[in-house]
This record gives sequence, structure tokens and C-alpha cells, in this order.
Amino acid sequence: MTVLTSRRMLGRPEPWVFAAIVALSLLVQARSGQFFTGNNLVDLARALIVPGLFSVGCMMVIVSGGIDVSFTAIASLAMYVTDKVILPEDYGGSVLLAYAISAGLGLLMGALNGVLVAFLRLPTLIVTLGTASLYTGLMFGAFAASASGVPPAIAAHGKQILFTAVNNDLGLTSTMPVHVLILAGVLFLVFLLLRYTMLGRGIYAIGGDEAAAERAGFNVRAIKMFLYCLVGALAGVTGIVRISMIDYADPSSMLGMELTVIAAVVLGGTRVTGGVGTLTGTILGVALMTILENSLILMGIPTYWSRAFTGAIIIIGTGVTARQIGLTRRRDRALSTPSKGAQA
Amino acid sequence: MTAIGAPAAQRARGSRDPNLVRLLVMLVFVFVLMTILRPAEFATLADFNSMMRQFPEYGIMAIGMSLTMITGGIDLGVVGTANLSAIVAATFLIGTVPVGAAPAQVVPYLIVAVLLALATGLACGAIAGTLISRFNIPAILATLGTQQLFTGIGIGITSGRPQSHLPLLYSKIGNTEFLHFFPLSFVLFVVVALAVGFLLSRTRFGAYVYMIGTNAKAARYAGLNNASIILRTYMISGLLSSVAGLIMMARANSAKADYGAPYTLQCVLIAVLGGIDPNGGFGKIQGVTLAILILQFLSSGLNMFNSVSNFYRDVIWGGVLILVLVFNYFFSRRANRRAIREAS
Amino acid sequence: MPESVLKVEGIAKAFGGVQALKGVSLEIGKGEIHCLAGENGSGKSTLIKVISGVHEPDAGTIEIEGRRFSRLAPMEAIALGVQVIYQDFSVFPNLSVMENLALNMEVMDHRVLVNYRRARSIAAHAVSQIGFDIDLDERVENLSVADRQLIAVCRALLQDSKLIIMDEPTSALTKREVKALFAVIKGLQSRGISVLFVSHKLDEVFEISERFTIFRNGENVASGSTRDLDRRTFALHMTGREFADESYRPAAALEAPALSVRNLTLRGAYANVSFDLAPREILGITGLLGSGRTELVETIFGIAQPDSGSIEIGGKPARLRSVKDAVRAGIGYVPSDRLTEGLFLPQAIERNIVVAVLERLSGWFGVLSRKAVAETTKRWIADLAIATRDPSLPVRTLSGGNQQKVVLARWLANDLKVLILNGPTMGVDIGSKYDIHALIRRLAAKGLAVIIVSDDLPEILACASRIVVMQNGAFVQELNPASTTESKLGELSTGVA
Repeated sequence: MTVLTSRRMLGRPEPWVFAAIVALSLLVQARSGQFFTGNNLVDLARALIVPGLFSVGCMMVIVSGGIDVSFTAIASLAMYVTDKVILPEDYGGSVLLAYAISAGLGLLMGALNGVLVAFLRLPTLIVTLGTASLYTGLMFGAFAASASGVPPAIAAHGKQILFTAVNNDLGLTSTMPVHVLILAGVLFLVFLLLRYTMLGRGIYAIGGDEAAAERAGFNVRAIKMFLYCLVGALAGVTGIVRISMIDYADPSSMLGMELTVIAAVVLGGTRVTGGVGTLTGTILGVALMTILENSLILMGIPTYWSRAFTGAIIIIGTGVTARQIGLTRRRDRALSTPSKGAQA
Repeated sequence: MTAIGAPAAQRARGSRDPNLVRLLVMLVFVFVLMTILRPAEFATLADFNSMMRQFPEYGIMAIGMSLTMITGGIDLGVVGTANLSAIVAATFLIGTVPVGAAPAQVVPYLIVAVLLALATGLACGAIAGTLISRFNIPAILATLGTQQLFTGIGIGITSGRPQSHLPLLYSKIGNTEFLHFFPLSFVLFVVVALAVGFLLSRTRFGAYVYMIGTNAKAARYAGLNNASIILRTYMISGLLSSVAGLIMMARANSAKADYGAPYTLQCVLIAVLGGIDPNGGFGKIQGVTLAILILQFLSSGLNMFNSVSNFYRDVIWGGVLILVLVFNYFFSRRANRRAIREAS
Repeated sequence: MPESVLKVEGIAKAFGGVQALKGVSLEIGKGEIHCLAGENGSGKSTLIKVISGVHEPDAGTIEIEGRRFSRLAPMEAIALGVQVIYQDFSVFPNLSVMENLALNMEVMDHRVLVNYRRARSIAAHAVSQIGFDIDLDERVENLSVADRQLIAVCRALLQDSKLIIMDEPTSALTKREVKALFAVIKGLQSRGISVLFVSHKLDEVFEISERFTIFRNGENVASGSTRDLDRRTFALHMTGREFADESYRPAAALEAPALSVRNLTLRGAYANVSFDLAPREILGITGLLGSGRTELVETIFGIAQPDSGSIEIGGKPARLRSVKDAVRAGIGYVPSDRLTEGLFLPQAIERNIVVAVLERLSGWFGVLSRKAVAETTKRWIADLAIATRDPSLPVRTLSGGNQQKVVLARWLANDLKVLILNGPTMGVDIGSKYDIHALIRRLAAKGLAVIIVSDDLPEILACASRIVVMQNGAFVQELNPASTTESKLGELSTGVA
């Protein structure tokens, strides 16, 4: 919708992230020769799905001016309760039911965040730290969660694939799971929401200036409530996606991912202060993080160092973003002509 | 430990000295409750002794984190710093102390190891502080990144394995008790609490910390060197974290990259409970200390109920954090209204 | 007589025991530009909120175009054609101009989906109403304050307004931008839209409005046609005090300059600025925003570093690489936006006063001396007559004028040689304004070298012993206040070219 002049292009972060992805891909290809193979690309896409789904909700919350660290806990608990408590062990029915239940549970958990943030206006970081702890505690405590297998319906769903990519050199095959369509669907729907509905524009307005949004007539509380419920529901869906893809229900497998997701969202150009952020940038950010983690293996760096690497990337990425914001602001201030004024 | 500036500012807020009273009441309440429920186990000298061994670890980190929160930031990297410092010390000791050496010969190695750990803590804090003050990265993101980075370096150095086989003398010294009752760690905690409390309420540096947390821009215009003060704050936090790491190492007689993972949330909870305003500018160490004690009583109390699994602790911490926030919200609203009425 | 678009009678409103409005009345005719003036606490903001429906009055009636109400809901007020433009304009900096203009309409129409073509035409229509030439796709955060204000005006016009209320609209604008805004307001008038202008600046009251109403302590004190008003009567109504015209003529003693600036240049802001400032002199610098005046004084205070040139303090060359260096050299700076740049609002008055001199008040290891702090605070509160009974109260409990005095006290507590004030009485009520001017003159007479940067021409004339007009980064004219009039000064500073 905005006219993209070349000046604006350089000021936006998305092209830079894309350039970083291209550069990194070429580097890895040069070092290992295995990057641009069909099977590696499919593996990358597969690895993108869960963080990608998380990043959508995470990005929306950050755009609204908050920061949510509870989505992995919500995903885990929702997934666990659905899988172990509600559905029978030999469940063979439609997997859609599993998705619906998990989404519903996630929605309820997200609603708690929503009430605390929207109605009591408590700081989001601390609230979500609290609810994350609450939910993980419930999962391990009340439900005494432990890892186990998944019901047949979900396992079967996990085996549904779109196509297969074969790497003849190494004799590897990778399958593109059908879940990538879920990611695509979510991205598309959220894109429509954010771009073409007043609800979506309201999220951006609140992130820009909450008081002004109230004065303009936006129902800020309702919008925030909806947002956190939606993020919770998405997390619930992601939980089922996760266990079906790895064919194993480990309640702690998603915990700890939130930092990488937040880093990816910020790398993709979403401002922590709120109001600014695009889905394109977010997915590019996730792609970059995924490629980085994936490349470590390809470049022969022992996995023990991957966490340090992730941390370093978060720091460098956010540092670059912070500098970019500062630079564009300073440049625009220097360039901006005094008020055009009215010619009445 | 009262002085001109601090209590004035706290009184000015209208809800802080009453906050200390509130915390004291809470402390007494929890103590009495636990004593009633488990008279045989709680409130015995043995139990006090065991509590005094437990809370200094996270208590010292909580004090460090509180300091950074007063400047308006937060140090989420305390646990990573603590573990990395311990790992550095442990690696040095394991690598250099000759097997079967006499205690007198080991002592110099111990001193060097401790100094190395402290230096690591200072360095980690300096990195975080520089990212925040020089590169303008928001504190949440910067310290999420450093947490990953430092923990990751710890994992990398140790390949994920615990560093055991430390010279026995270390734990012996680390676990000594003064007057046959007060563990060394407890004494260290008292020293740290007194020192940081004094720093905040009676020195120029402390006054600067409060001012920057209140209004960084005005602080700059008043001639304060924001970057230097913020950097020093995070360095102090890093130093305190390394002390905590050494204490953990003494207790566990080993160093591992992921010890104390739940401590991060716990420290945030303590800070918020203790009256530190997450937006910066307010809070006292006395409040933080009371909060530490309250949490320790709760924690020990919970341990005595065998039917309650440890994981419930997370539920309770999360729940308590939220309750505290909610309570603070309603309380400060009333206090604000009173302050406005008083002033007119 | 034209039917009145707004008529309020006997409006009373109390907040928790404080009677903000004691029964006030106001009448605005159709197509009239009316100024509502009053100091802080006079009740003018409260009345605005009552008229726009944010507050419900305890008594009285509101009549809009003949229809009478005892109270209004915000949406009702907007539907009736009453729009308020608040001081912060309520714009969304992260969104485009187009969205800022169209969103309110869309929300009011209870739209669920966004149609960008419709939004664009709404936006284009809005800006065409006042002939505002702006890039609809630009993000508002990249625009100047004046542009943002015009966006707020355009947005208000979209809703078929009958009365537009502007709350202190000129506080952040330069003289040229104020002129542009007034042209817009006159344009509104020609279309039959009334404008209620809330202000405490007398020259604006005169220039733009036909009728005025003055409040004091929640009551009407005067209203009438601005033709019948003069400065002294205005000040009398606003404060209940009589004020004489003031000016400053220092005793003609030749002293070595306290501050010397030679060929100071900062690319993009100012170039080759040179001047001397002796103790007891008050130099008034005026000119448009963008003339480089703020950057110049900020350089002297160490906030910015010059590209070339030199500064001497007390005859000695000074390297002012940071604010700390400037403070050590004896320079103090009272910034234009005292709320965000000068004060630590929730902190104690005492803290706000001593913050810049803590080094002097502390001993070993930086430990503060309680006695020294208390003494310093007590001294300056007395010296500047800061109205407070307890220095440990937060500084936000003080009035604007007293807050400004606290900022002044902060610098006076230092060993001050040069005091720079940027817009020292912006947002300060008239009574305090005169007090602060008197204070500045007294300080200068005692030996301080003072620079005042201001847009407020009467203020410059009342305080300065020397006036300099700055344009495009250079001093273009130096004037003697004794032989200059306000209008001449106004012409020069807005630039005749």
C-alpha cells in the first residue's frame, strides 16, 4: 500500500534480512556444497514450520506494544492435555478434532494473559513470565507430564507429505510435510487480518499510540483480548503440529524456543517498542535463524556451540536493527524540509 | 539505612514505605503459617540453617537484577553469567591443581580461580552493559541474548558435561560456617545486601541510578554520564552473578552450564515482589531482601509437604507473581489518588 | 446576531473535593474565533473536557446549535460537530498520513474491513479542504510537529465539524508555522466553522481571535471583544495582579567576557557564529526553529560537538566534549521542554535540585552528606521562593512555574558563570512568567551572564540587554531592545525574504 521509493526500500529492514539470507546461503554452499540441494531445502522448510507458526503470534503481540514469552508454554500444555488427557490413547478419528481441542485450550490460556494485560494493564513481559511458569508448572506438576508416543490419528497426520526430495549424492531423502500448508494458511489469514480488517489496523494503532487509539474510538481492551486469545489458539495448533511432525509427545521439547522466535521476529524488522512489523520480515527472520542453526551442522561446528551462536546472533541482529532505527531517524530528520504547510 | 534521597523519593511515590510494612506483614504471616502447619520441621534451628544455605544463591542474583531494573532495564542474563563464571573457575582448577596436593598448596590456586570467576562476571556484565548503553539495544533483548550466549559458551567449553572433581578444599571452605551456624554464603549475602543497599541510598552513584531510571533524557541534560552509569550497573550485576555462581559451585561441588535455570524467573519475581518498579526509578534493597525471605519460607514450606511435587513450585511462583502485580496495580492506583489529593 | 454554535451556562465540576469549575459560562457564535484564556488550574482544560463529553458536569447546561443537554457522551459530541484537537494531536506515528486521516472515520462508521481505495479518497478529500500538500504515504513519525498538527486539523474537518476546539495549539510551533496555522483557522472561519482556541499567549489572543473569555480559579472573570483588550488588562484578569512593562538595562560596567564564541560551526545547523557575552549581560537570541539557535546553545552546553571554532569561558579556552564538561566549566542549561528534558517528575524536589552538584556534596567513595544536601535545598527554595512546604514531595506536585524554578535552582546551586535558558516560560502561567523574568534579571544583575533563546518576543524585550536575530545558522542582525519594537522584531525573525 505504500509507495516504495528507493529511499524507503533502504530504510526498511526486510531487504537487508533477505540479503543476509542470500549471503549466508552462498557461504554455506561454498563451504559444504550441500546447501542448495533439494533435500536440504526441504529440511529447512520443515524446520521452519513450528518456529514460523510461533513467530506469527509473537510478532502480533510485539506490534501491539507488548512482549509475550508464554506461547511455548501454552503450546506445550495445550498439546499435552489434548493428547494425553482428552483424547484416548488409541484415537483414530479426525486429526481436526485434536487441532480444535488444542486451539480451544490455547485460547483459554491466552485469555488469561489477555485479561491481565488488557483489563489490568499489567506489564506484558512479567505477566507472561508468570503465566509461562504457571502453565509449565501445571504441566509437570498437576499433570505429571512425561514424554510418550502419540495416538494413531496424529501419527498418521504426521506422515502426510506433499512431496519427497531426494539427494542422490548422499542418498538422503527428505519429505515435505503437509503441515507447511498449515503455516501458509495461517500466514495468509493473519495477513488478511492485519491488512484488511479494522481489528488488524487497531493492533498497529495501539502499538503506535495506545492513548490515541482509545481516543479514536478503538476498543483497545477488546482488541488486546482478541489478540492474546488468538495467539493462544495459534499456540495450541502449533503444539499439535509439533508432536505430529516428530511423532513424539515430549512436553518440554518446545520450551526454550521462545527466545529464538523473539529474536527472529526482531531480526525481521519488528520494533520492540511496537507499531512496526511485517509478516514478510518476520518469516524472513525465522528463515534466517533456521538457516543459521541448520548451517552449523553443515559447516561442521559441534552442536554444543549452537546455543552460544544463537545468543550471538540475537545480539548482533538486534544491535543492527537498533542502529538502523537510529540511523534512519537521524537521516530523515536532517533531510526533512520544514513544514509544507497549507496553501489555503 | 535511611538517607536523604532514597526515602524521600520512596515516600514521594506514596506506596513504598507502606510497601515495606506490607512485606514485613507478609513475611510474618508466611512464617507463622508454615510453623503452624508443620511445627516439627519448620522453625527449627536445623531448618533455618538449611534455608540460609539455599537463598544466598538466588538472593545475590536477585539483588543484582534489582539494581539493573532500577535503571529501567533488566538483566535476564544473571544465571548464564553465574554458570559461566563457575565453569571458568572449575576448568582452571581441574586443569591446574596437581592431584593430591596439600591444602596449603591448593590455596593460591583457589584464589586465582575465584578471581577468574569474578573477572568473568565483570566481563559478562560489561558486555551486557555496553550493548545496552552504547548500542541502544533494549535491555530485554540484549540480556536475553547474553543469557543465551554465556550459557552457550558454558556448554561449548564443557561439552555439556558437569565439571566435577574439584579440589575438596573448595567445598570445604565454601561450606564453612561461622559460629557453627552461619554459612559463608549467608554471610556473603548479608555483606552484598548491606553494600548494595548502602550504594543505592547513601552514595552519589545510587542517586544517579534512580535518576536515570526515572528520566534518562533529563539525566543527560543534568550532566549525568548515562552510558557510564548503566555500564557500571550491569557490571555490578555481573559481578554479583559470578559470586552466586561460586556459591552454587561450592554447594554442588561441581559446575554445569545449566544450573539454576528456574532462578531467572525467581529473581524477577523477587524484584517485583520487593517493590522494584519494572519501569525504573524506584525500589529499595530492604524490600528485595524481605521478598527473598518470603520466597525462601514459602519454598521450604512447600518442600515439607511431600505430596506436593516440586513442579508445583513453578505454578506457585507464577501465580504469586501475577497476584503481586495485580495487588500492586490496585494498591498504587489508590495511592496515586491520595497523593494528588494531598498535593492540591 | 448570528446564532450561537455553543453556549454553556453555569457549568460546575468538582474532582474529589477540588472544585475545578464553579459555575462558568461561555458563548461562541457561528463562524467566530474565540479564545479561552486562563492560567494552569483556571479550569479551561476541564471545561473543554466537559464540552467534548469526556467529563460529566455536576451542574449547568450545554447548548449546541440550540439543542440543550445536561451532559454529553464523547461520541455524541462528535456527532453534534464538536471536535477537540489535543496538544499531542493523537496521531499514530507508525502509520501513514492516509491511515491517520481515514482511521477515525472508519472506526466511527463501525467498519470491519478496510478498503484502501476508500481510505485514500477520504484522506485526499481531507487534505484538500485546507490545501495541505503532503505525501499521503509518508509515515507520520517522519513529519514535523506542525505537519502533524495540520493532519489533526484535517482529520477533525472530516467529521462535518461545527466547532473545532484547539488546546494550546501553538506551543510547539515556530512563528512561521503559527502564521500558517492561523491562515488555516481563518479559512475554517470563512466556511462557517467556529474555532475555540485555548491559549495563554496574549499576542495570539489578539492576532487571531475576535472575542475572548478569561477564567481564573474556575470562574469567569472577563469576556468580550479583543479589540477592547490590552496587555495590562489581560494580565490583570489572568492573575489578579498588576504588572508593569519590564525591561533590563544593566549598569554599564565593562567587564571581561564570561563567554566568548569564535567562528563556531556545526554543519547543517549553524556556521561561523561569533559573539562575546559579559557578566550582567542578557543576550536574547530569537529566530525560527531551524535557524540553528537550539543547536548553538546545545553546543555551548556540550550536548553537540562543533565541527570547528572555539569557545572560551572566563577567558580560558574550553573543550566541552560532554555535558559534564560544560557543567564543570560553570554553564547551566534550562531546556525548552522541562517535563521531558528537565525534571524527574516522580522524584523529590530535593533530588531534582541537587542532582547536578552531587559531586560537590559527596565525600569519600561518593557517599552523600545528608546535611549538605538539606542545606543546599533549603537555601535555593528560599532564594527562588519556590512554593512548597516539603522538599521531599515529588516535583510533579508543583505548578509549572515552580517546576521551572526548580530547574533554575539546579543550575544556580552549581558555581554558575553562564546560564542558558531555552524557552524559559513555555507553558508557564502569567504570574510565574513575570516572576521568572524578574528572577532572571536579578540573577544577571548580580553577575551572571545569561542567554535567553525564545520565540516569545515580549519576553525577549522584557529581559534582554542585547538582542540577536538568527536565520539559517547565522546571526543576521543585532538590536538594542531599547530601540526595537515587537513588530519590527517579529518581522526580522520570520524573515522578510
